[in-house]
This record gives sequence, C-alpha cells and structure tokens, in this order.
Amino acid sequence: MHPDPRPLVLSLTGITKRFGPLTANDHIDLDVRAGEIVALLGENGAGKTTLMSILFGHYIADEGTVFIAGADGQLAPLPGGSAEVALGAGIGMVHQHFALAENLTGFENIVLGTQSLWSLGLRSGTARAKIERLIADSGLAVDLDVPVARLSVGEQQRIEILKALFRDVRVLILDEPTAVLTPQEADGLFATVRKLAAKGLAVIFISHKLHEVLALCERVVVLRGGAKVADRPSAGADRAMLAELMVGRAIPARERPPSTPGAAVLSLRGVSVGAPGQRDRLEQADLDVRAGEIVGIAGVSGNGQGALAALVAGLAAARAGEARLSGVALTGADPAGRVAAQVGRIPEDRHRDGTIGALSVAENYVLETISAPENQRGGVMRRADIRARAAAAIRAYDVRCPGPDAAIRALSGGNMQKVVLARVLEREPKLVLAHQPTRGLDIGATTDVHRRLIAARGRGAAVLLISEDLDELFALSDRIAVVHAGHLSPAMDAAGLDVRTVGLMMAGHSAGEAA
Amino acid sequence: MIRFVPRERTPVWLTLTVSIGSGLAALLLTAIPLALTGAPVFTAFALMAAGAAGDGFALAETLTRATPLIFTGLAAAVAFRAKLWNIGAEGQLYAGALATVALGAGLIEAPSYVLVPLVLVGAAAAGAALLLVPVLFKTRFGADEVVVTLLMNFIVLLFVQMMLEGPMKDEMALGWPQSAPVLDEATLPKLVEGLRLHAGLVLALVAAVGLHVFINRTVWGFRIRAVGENARAARYAGLPVGKAMALVGILSGGLAGLAGASEVAGLKGYLTSDLSPGFGYAGIVVATLANLSPLGVIPAAIFVAGVFVGADSMSRAIGVSNYLADLVVAFALLSVLVGGLLTRFRIVLVRREAA
Amino acid sequence: MLWSALEILTQANFWAATIRIATPLIFGVLGALLCERAGVLNLGIEGIFVAGAMSGWLAVYLGAPLWGGVAVAALTGAAFGLVHGVLTVPLGLSQHVTGIGVTLLATSAAYFGYRVAFPNVATPPRIEPFPPLDVPVLGDLPFIGPILAQQTALTVFAFACVGILAVVLSRTPLGLAIRAVGDNPEAVEAQGLSVVALRIGAVMAGSALMALGGAFLTLSAFNAFYFGMINGRGWVCIALTVFASWRPGKALLGALLFGALDAYQLRIQTIAGGAVPSQIFLMLPYIFSIAALVLVARRADYPRALMKPYFKGQR
Repeated sequence: MHPDPRPLVLSLTGITKRFGPLTANDHIDLDVRAGEIVALLGENGAGKTTLMSILFGHYIADEGTVFIAGADGQLAPLPGGSAEVALGAGIGMVHQHFALAENLTGFENIVLGTQSLWSLGLRSGTARAKIERLIADSGLAVDLDVPVARLSVGEQQRIEILKALFRDVRVLILDEPTAVLTPQEADGLFATVRKLAAKGLAVIFISHKLHEVLALCERVVVLRGGAKVADRPSAGADRAMLAELMVGRAIPARERPPSTPGAAVLSLRGVSVGAPGQRDRLEQADLDVRAGEIVGIAGVSGNGQGALAALVAGLAAARAGEARLSGVALTGADPAGRVAAQVGRIPEDRHRDGTIGALSVAENYVLETISAPENQRGGVMRRADIRARAAAAIRAYDVRCPGPDAAIRALSGGNMQKVVLARVLEREPKLVLAHQPTRGLDIGATTDVHRRLIAARGRGAAVLLISEDLDELFALSDRIAVVHAGHLSPAMDAAGLDVRTVGLMMAGHSAGEAA
Repeated sequence: MIRFVPRERTPVWLTLTVSIGSGLAALLLTAIPLALTGAPVFTAFALMAAGAAGDGFALAETLTRATPLIFTGLAAAVAFRAKLWNIGAEGQLYAGALATVALGAGLIEAPSYVLVPLVLVGAAAAGAALLLVPVLFKTRFGADEVVVTLLMNFIVLLFVQMMLEGPMKDEMALGWPQSAPVLDEATLPKLVEGLRLHAGLVLALVAAVGLHVFINRTVWGFRIRAVGENARAARYAGLPVGKAMALVGILSGGLAGLAGASEVAGLKGYLTSDLSPGFGYAGIVVATLANLSPLGVIPAAIFVAGVFVGADSMSRAIGVSNYLADLVVAFALLSVLVGGLLTRFRIVLVRREAA
Repeated sequence: MLWSALEILTQANFWAATIRIATPLIFGVLGALLCERAGVLNLGIEGIFVAGAMSGWLAVYLGAPLWGGVAVAALTGAAFGLVHGVLTVPLGLSQHVTGIGVTLLATSAAYFGYRVAFPNVATPPRIEPFPPLDVPVLGDLPFIGPILAQQTALTVFAFACVGILAVVLSRTPLGLAIRAVGDNPEAVEAQGLSVVALRIGAVMAGSALMALGGAFLTLSAFNAFYFGMINGRGWVCIALTVFASWRPGKALLGALLFGALDAYQLRIQTIAGGAVPSQIFLMLPYIFSIAALVLVARRADYPRALMKPYFKGQR
C-alpha cells in the first residue's frame, strides 16, 4: 500500500468513555486526512454518537486524546469538554436534529456566536459576502433572509452545513444527514460533499445506510459495542460484509410467508385531513388496507403521513371524504373510540406519545384499557391483577426491566417499544397502525418489532406501516403507497417496485414518470 | 462539571435526610439576615420553637394554624400533580368563606347535622367553580392559568370587600366591614374545650388520607397522574384529558374552598377581608415541601404553621419582626426544591481535564 | 354623565396619569419579556417589584442620591434574578414554583428589612422624590406641556429602555443569542455560546428592570414605602407580556393601554359617585388583563424553549 500523501487533520488515539458499567467507547483510534470522506458505521448504541460528542466537546473522554492539526499543519491535543474550543479548532458538526433557532433567519443562525456579544451592532456586510462565496463554491443555495421555521428540511440542512463552513472548519461531521432527505435530495448532498472534499475538507459521515456509505465514502470505520471492529477502504467491501461487521453475526434474510389478504379493514375514499394551509396534511386520499396484509406508506416526513397517522390513531378527524373501519364510519377525533374499535396504535414517538415516563411499566401496559373490567372494579384499580398481567407480558415480549413496578422511563428505547407492542398487540387488534415503529432501535429490537408485525399480519390483522426507512418498507410491505405534498399514490405491489421509483415518487414525480 | 443521573428509586433514609436537611438549611439561611440585624439568633430560634410546640397550648395553636394549610396544601398538591398551576387558592379560599357565610349566617335554618355538611359542600362548590373558570380558559383558549388564577385572587378579594361593605355587612358590627356571624348550627365543634382547635382539623386529615387513596388507587386518580405526567401520551391513549383536568380543578378549588369554610365556621365565626394571611400562597410551599404527596402535606403544613406561630410568639417576646417567619418559609421552599434534586438524581462530579 | 365620561379623554391630567400608571408596568413587562425571550418564566416579578421599591427607597432615605437609589434597586433585582437563574437554569428546577419562591423570599426580605429599619413607625417615613420634568420648548406647549410637567426622569428612562431593548434584541449579536437561546438552546450551544451564562444573564438583567418598576413607585410616584403597595402589578406584567407577544414596542403599547384603563376607571369612579361600589372599578384592570390574555393566548407566539430546562449533552 502506498502511504497516503494527504496530511492528517485529525487523529483520535485510545479514546475511552464509560457511563457507569457501560463502556460506550473502548480505546478507539481514528485518523482522518484532508480531503478524505470517512464513513463511521455502527448500530444504535455502538458508540458513534458518543465518539462524535467527545470530538465536539459535549463529553470528555475518560482516556485517550484528540489531536487536531493547527494552522501550521502540526497535530496538537484538543482540550475536551467545550464545543467552543472544538469549533475554534476547526471541527464542525451537523446534527441529525438540527441545532437551529427557528425564529432567526438563516443568516442570523450562521453568524450567531461568531461576533463578540458586546459589540453594538451586527457587522453583516463582510459576513454576507463570505456566505455568498461559500454558497457559490458548494452549491448550497438557500434563502438566507426568511426565518428558518419557513424553510424545508433540506434547506435547513444547507443552513447547518453553511454554519460549519462559515467557521472555516477543516473537519465536518455529518450525523445521519440523509435520514430526512429523499434519495434525490441525498444525491445532491453527496455532490456537495464531494465538492467540499475535493477542496481539502475532511468529512466524517455517520450513517447506517450501507449503500450510501459505499457510494460516497472512500474509507469505512465500523464500531460495534463501543470498539472499532474494522477500518478499511470501501473499495472491495459489500453490503452484506459491512452489515455483518456491524452486527457481529450474519443477518438472516427476513422470512415472510406469502400474504392471503381478506376483506378491506381500513378503507379511505377521498379523505382529506388537516387544514388546507397546513404542511403535513392529506388531500383526497384513497386507500384500502385488507386483513392479512401489510401496506407501507413511504414519504419524507411532513408530507401527509402524519395526518394519515393522526386520522387512524383518532387524533384528527377527516375534513372531507369517508373513512371506514370494517365498514363502520370513523367519525370525529376520538382516540378512545379507535381503541374500542380494535385499532392497535404504535405511535411515532414512544417517549412523547407512547408512554408516560413517570408511571410504572404495569401502568403503561394498561394505559388504554384502564376502564376495562379486568383492570378496575367500581372505579378502583385492581392493582394486583394489573401487575400480574403486566408481568406475564414482560415475559412474553422479553422486556428487560427490573419488574412491572419500575418506572418506564428507566427502560431502554427497545424495551419501551416492547411494552408498547405488548399493549397494542395483546388485544389482537383488527388494524395495526405502526408509525415509524423501529426509529432509534438497534438491529435486535428492530428485528423483534418486524417479527411481531409479520405475526400480526399472519393472524389476519390489517397492518398500516408508515416509515421513512425504505429498507424497512420493502422488507415488510405487501403493497406500498407513496405520499408527497399531501397526495397519496395508489398502493402498488411491493414485489414489482424498486427503491429508485419510490424515491422519485417521494420527490413528487408521478408513478408513470418514475417508472 | 456536574451531571445529574436520574435515580431509579430513592431510599427512604435519603428522603428523610433531605427533608430535615432542607429545614435546617432554611433556618441557617434565615440566621444570616437575623444576625445582620444584631438580634440574638439562638434565642430567637429557641423562642420560635417554644412558641410553636413548647406546651399544649402552643401545639394546639400550631395545629389550629395548620388546618387551613393542610387544605390549601392539598389543593396545590393535587393541581400541581396534574401540572395545573393553580396559584389561586387564596381566592378560592375566600370564595369558600363567602359561601359559608352566605349559607350559614341565617339564610337557612336547619339542625347542625344538615347545616354543617351543607355549608361545607357550598364552600367546596364555590372554590371549585372559581377554579373552573381558568381551567376552561386554559383548555378552550390556551390561556396560561398561572396569570389568570393569580389575578383572580385580587378580583375575589375586592368582591369580598364589596360584599362586606354592602349586602353582607353586619349592621351590628359598629361600622366594621365584617359579615354577620355564622349560626351555631353551622359552626364546626371545638375539639378540646378551652382551646381554639376545631373539627376542621379532623376534616383536613380525612381529606389528606382520602386524596392519597383517590390519587393512587382509583381509575380517575390514575388518569389524573397520567395527564399530569404526559398529557400528549394520555390523549393518544384515549384518556379523557379535558375531564381529568376539570376534575383536578374541582378537587383543587374545592379543597381550597374548604379551607375558607374551616376558618370561618371553625375559628373566626364571621368573615372579614383579612381572614387569610396568605394561606393560599403558603399552600404552594406546603405542597412543595411535601413533594406533592397528600400524606406528606400533613407534616409539611404543621411545620409551616409552627414557623408562623413560633415567629409570632418570638416577636412578642423580643421584638424581632414576625416577617422572619415568611423568610424561613421562603428559604424552606427554595431549600426543598434544591434538596429534591438530591432525591431524584445522583449528583456526579465529572472530572474536567486541564485545558 | 356620558358626556363627562367622554370628556375625561380630553384632559391632560388623564393622559399624565396614564403615563404615570404605565411607567412601572413598562419596566416590568420589559423585564419579563427579556427573561422569557431567553426561555425563563420569572414569577419572582411580584416580589422583585417589592424588593426594588423598598431597597431603592431605603438607599435614598439613608442619604444616597436618587439615581443611586435606582442603581441599588437594579442591583437588588439582579441579585434575586441570580437566585432565580441559578435554580432554574443549571439546576433545572420548576420555573413556576421557584418563581413563587423568589416572590416569597424577596417580599419577606423587603418587609423584614423595612421592619428592622423602622420597628415602630406609625406613618411611613418620606423622601424627596424625583422632581417633575422641566422641558424647554415642549414644556410650554398646550396639552403636551402639562402632561410632561407631571412626569419625571424615570419615566423618560423607561421609554428609553423600550428603544434600547428593541434595538438590542433585533440588531445586536447579544440580541440574536438571547432570542436563539429562548427558541433552541442547542443552536446556541452548537455555536460555542454558553446557554447557562446567556440565560442567567438575561434573567438578571430582566429582574433588574422589574426592580426599577418597583423603585419608580417609591422614588417617583410616591415618596414612601408601604406594605402591599405593589398589589399585583407584577402579575399584571406577566399577562401583558403575552399580550405584547414578547416585543418591546408592543409592551409599551400594552402598558399604556393598561395605564389608560386604570386612570379612566379612577375618574369614572368619581363621576359615578356612590351608585356603583368602588370595588367594581378596582376590579376592572385585573379583568381586562385576564381578557387580554384570553384573547391573544391562542395566537401567542410563545418562545419555543420557554419553561423547558436544558441540560448540556442531553438530547
């Protein structure tokens, strides 16, 4: 192998970080050179976020040192624990959840913190000239003078990248940058990243999407269980191999018995949800979800799947059209009515909508059914019975927790989701709404959720799966519909579809154009 | 750098230590201004302790003072549990007192086993009705209940003054703005002959136990806890969020109204516009000291009452202003808030590397 | 009678009173909106008014110049702001309960301090307050002149603060940072600024403004300190802050509107004579505050991070 002639800009040596008994980072070494695009790959909990948080000054490493090249090109240790110092040393990070003040304009967000707080006015002339030059160089076109709240997600991401470039970063960390983009928007981002790298910027690209990693990055670093398990050129690597490195075992292809759909359980005819001016709304949607099938809804978040989920979950009523559940009209916003009508609802955000953190696992388990006779007598909770049934569910769903009385907020995301699944699926619902059911879960928990959804389909439930993860949609769905700008496409047979077509439809092309 | 790591469970000894430690911290903090004034710090605190619990009379006086505080403490505890920031217990107390006088001062004549319950129900209903207004504003219009309940305190007090100078004025009171006395049949019995201690205390204790059982054991209590901890998830799960909030309003306002009834029908016998020296606001302190637990409200109310009674007695003896009591209580509130961090989190010091 | 009710609006006296009543509220609303723009609800306001009124007045009584009293009040306010800031920002305690605690603390400290200084006075001791303005040219104008002649330098200062705060919030790097930290503290942290320092600083500055509202009452409107003299003015400011949608210009408007209502009800009272109980009129300002809050609540554009504690590195 030839030694790489490009200079090192960043070198992590022996980084170790422990949280109590957990070792989040175990003696990790990582070198990054100018102009290099390095992928940092790993499951949730593998230690990617912790490592980058150390690099960016949110955490302090217990052991090890971060070296960063100074203006003279010499590596010097970076003092930890301060985002300000990291920024000053040329490290920029674009978080998965944008760190933008939405009441400020793009311009204001970019210059925020770059001028002395005690100066009497904003010096905007030179700053604006510099930003415009950066936009011209990188192709990150965006309106700088409207409040960020009014920009699309893709535009907000451009502001985030410009924020880092404005500070003359030499290392740019992108944390799951494509999670919120359509495949086509992602391609645009990749073009920008390549352009920037060609000018000498070092890029660390955090992702779990293997095809993106292989397409964009020249080197792949894989973390597993807090340790570095691979550091190799991406040339010659393939998806199966990287997946195995990430998980540490071969991943079995998901087994899915053929579906034998029955009668339509959920049926929408010309249904509109959400006020006309609202961003996440549904216009005149037609959809059937039949017993014994999984229908997937693809789309970039905010295009109407939230409105669809709200309708099915009972949080919103249809503004127009007819929504029926097994022939009975779904009227009004009535979550309790949906529960009674045997709709099982797995919410998008289990912390916000799915669980009540301060209550116990048992109390969360009976949250929807507290007034049922098995849970109360004369208005008094049957606490012993509830606890016993919760304990049974804990065993059946393999929830790792101290017991039914533990506060649910002490559980990991995966175990929390298992409690939600137990609550929803134990009642054998006719219709299952699974809204982003695996977001933030590791592969083990994800596999478990998928298995449970396929099992629900197997016993004859109609499953409506809303996801932004195309891999998940293709792995589970019998049919897939795409939602864009409030318009829902007809559901198409998943077997005859490919990712590219769905991606184009997510960006607003019709099925005919996309095919 | 300091980090807060949430505790999965809090040992009982820690809760007790923190409660006692907060009380001591409050006294220490109060000692600073006290010492600055040149007053004898230890004598002052010793006199306060003696005044609060030095003998049977002192203790009875403390328990008498604790009675309305238990009610207003429960009112704040149940509301804050549900994240309904009812700062209007003072006004609800006066509404209850007004109802007590309206019903119990001659309008209805009935034997005491009819009139006493009637007066209590009337007072609770008045307090509840008063709080339902801001609850409605909150759920219907999204108006912050903190400001509305606070401002309503002033409106209610003006209304009471208006009634006492107008339709409800006792013509026998030689021009003083006070109401006619409540009938004997509407009066709560004294517990011990010769002391001011009255049956309101028993009612308050029953209310505390009742609220404890209600919150922790019943379906509606469960719904209230769920709505308070995460209203979004409660709504998603199909729980009746609006009704739970209304119920909280009724309970909280009703309990505060009972404080007014207990003071008028148990202690004063008539209504004046200085009936409450801030029992409603002190209820917030009591509830916080009790960590919003209904049973904890009992000792917390006795502590706060003891501070006030003791400070009055100390002030008479050595002339240090009894506003010292308010200082102790304010410091106790802030100390308990900080102490609460110790029970909810483990405080971990993180080594910061030399820069 | 209707005519005399309308005639009030033409009296210079009425407009002078409007401005006088509005001045402490201008300080209070500016203070509250500065805290809330940074993401911290400061219910300590009522007590900070009391402490500012008492400390500013006491300083002058003990021989400090009037502006020295104003400075003492501001420092007192900032000190209670520091207490509120430390408890609610790095420690993340409930802003509601802590605020009530700060109000109790500041009020009782002021009352206790007053009683220590004056154990047995029947009539409150007096000071020589700010003199009325003597403005050349403008002071000689009809209508305007008499209005100005009833104001003091502190009122001018309050109006100046409106402009200063508006410019700082919209045009300076500090203002950007304060608005950003009230919307998304992560944005501020990611740009290398300190959330804790910004928020505590804003709460301290805001509390200093609140204390000036109290000091106006003892150093300009009256010349003594009374128990209960604040009487809910602080809470009114919290309501007006929502009404003003956190903008200094609208804060001025809201305070003046409230001042006009209050001045008007006082005058109507005398016209109405004894026909209507005086308490009805005294209730009106509180009722209007609630009504204003209810009317704008749905449309109110609350700072997104208001009342949400932020802990570094937790996302």
